Amino acid sequence: MAMGPLLIGLYVFILAMFVGFEVITKVPPTLHTPLMSGANAISGITIVGALAVAITPEASVSNLLGAAAIAFATINVVGGFLVTGRMLAMFGSKKK
Amino acid sequence: MTSDLVHFVYLLSAVLFIFGLKKLTKVKTAATGNKIAALAMFLAIVGTLLELHLPDSAGSIPSIDYRWIIGGIVVGGVIGGIGAVRVAMTSMPEMVALFNGFGGGASALVAAAVVWDTLVEKSGSIDPINAVIICLSVLIGALTTTGSIVAFLKLQGKLKKGAPILLPGRHVINLALVVGVVGVTAWFAFSANTPETFTQSILALTAISLVLGWLLVIPIGGADMPVVVSLLNSYSGIAACAAGFVIGNNVLIIAGSMVGAAGLILTQIMCVAMNRSLVNVLVGGFGATDSAGSSEDARNYESVTSCGPEEAAMVLDTAESVIVVPGYGLAVAQAQHAVRELATALESRGTKVTYAIHPVAGRMPGHMNVLLAEADVPYEQLVEMDNINPEFKTTDAVIVIGANDVVNPAASTDKDSPIYGMPILQAHEARTVFVIKRSLSPGYAGIKNGLFELNNTMMVFGDAKQIVQGLVSELAEL
Repeated sequence: MAMGPLLIGLYVFILAMFVGFEVITKVPPTLHTPLMSGANAISGITIVGALAVAITPEASVSNLLGAAAIAFATINVVGGFLVTGRMLAMFGSKKK
Repeated sequence: MTSDLVHFVYLLSAVLFIFGLKKLTKVKTAATGNKIAALAMFLAIVGTLLELHLPDSAGSIPSIDYRWIIGGIVVGGVIGGIGAVRVAMTSMPEMVALFNGFGGGASALVAAAVVWDTLVEKSGSIDPINAVIICLSVLIGALTTTGSIVAFLKLQGKLKKGAPILLPGRHVINLALVVGVVGVTAWFAFSANTPETFTQSILALTAISLVLGWLLVIPIGGADMPVVVSLLNSYSGIAACAAGFVIGNNVLIIAGSMVGAAGLILTQIMCVAMNRSLVNVLVGGFGATDSAGSSEDARNYESVTSCGPEEAAMVLDTAESVIVVPGYGLAVAQAQHAVRELATALESRGTKVTYAIHPVAGRMPGHMNVLLAEADVPYEQLVEMDNINPEFKTTDAVIVIGANDVVNPAASTDKDSPIYGMPILQAHEARTVFVIKRSLSPGYAGIKNGLFELNNTMMVFGDAKQIVQGLVSELAEL
């Protein structure tokens, strides 16, 4: 059975959506903001795409766009995980 | 370097993303979950950097210039890091919104860069299906960016203090823009066949999407902003997913679609908490009809009773049970530590103190829990709305601090009220209600609060922190 990359991508997409729905069913209200913020950081995964387009040796428009995309995505990733960590640390300190 | 190893790293990363997200949904494991997700992100980046070293179809290993990569990571890392470390806990929701906008923007830029690289620099071609996916990536990414910026400004109160902005004929304008998006996408996919026309169509699409994102969020009031931020978060996941299709990388598709699903679920949960339908939120204009009359309403309060901290302290001194209803005003005044002191003072007199937490208290669901946790308020004393509502009837005193819409009885009594149907904290049922507030000005929904006029309600005007500190010292003197 031959499958193009697009079709494989669709399989992955649909299965991952189901996993996403299954993983997040019940969430206590306390965790809404941290979860949103953590998921937000994960959406910075687009940095992987950005890396792939920013590599050609000569400076070019696509390189510049790629570098800007890397910067944007890194803000999302670094900022997102750190902010989530800060919020969750507060729940941790209080338990002791 | 074999491609099998690279794919194994990607697979490991995808699995860790799922574990991380799963652990983020439980209080005990959430901090670990966040670290696992961060590790997954790190692995995905390592995998990509390895993949870049794989020989291409011709068998030659591409030469890589890391300047752009390192430059981008350093700039983004410094900005994101400083932003995350310096932001106050009270401003967390708008920070999340802003970060989200950057994520969306990155996805749009990736798609644009691929277009430029393929069509202009390599004079290649893009088939119609990929072209449509690229257009989707640009559309969702760009729309998320401006939408998130508007959400950020609204949460900061910089855009008309968060009130809805209704343009005349906005539905027609939006419809025209959507038609424009479809038209440009079709042009890009099927007819634009020179690098110039390709570029023009992508630029046009970007411009339309940016405007569309802006227009979609401005009519939505500040009270609904958490729902919008959550939805935009979902969009940014879908945008990353589309970018994954563009460059053919499964990790992007998996992580992106999970964020998309998570965002949708959270959005739905929040809508239920506010008794609003998603369509209702998105059409917007919530509170807009009243915003014109709200300032007038605010002056129209009759029979409001106010008192100072001394009188309030006397009532609290004899109370056997006290419920604190914290709102965003508490956070703004940084009064959480003073509240904690007050609670300790009351508890030392044998008074039972609990906190009533509305699901959307603060600027975002769960925001208030984070703020009170910062002040070391014991977790067990925070009681969720459904559990505490029956308690109000038998409670001697309620202290409402900087909360407004979440205790507005109009939500359950006034069918014409824009917040009718929203579940509220039944604070008005308590024997005595103290409302600590700067003035009679309306809250986020922009409407009058009947609670302030009730016979059992005493307004204590002033800065939340000063008033609560005043209460603590008055109590000490009694």
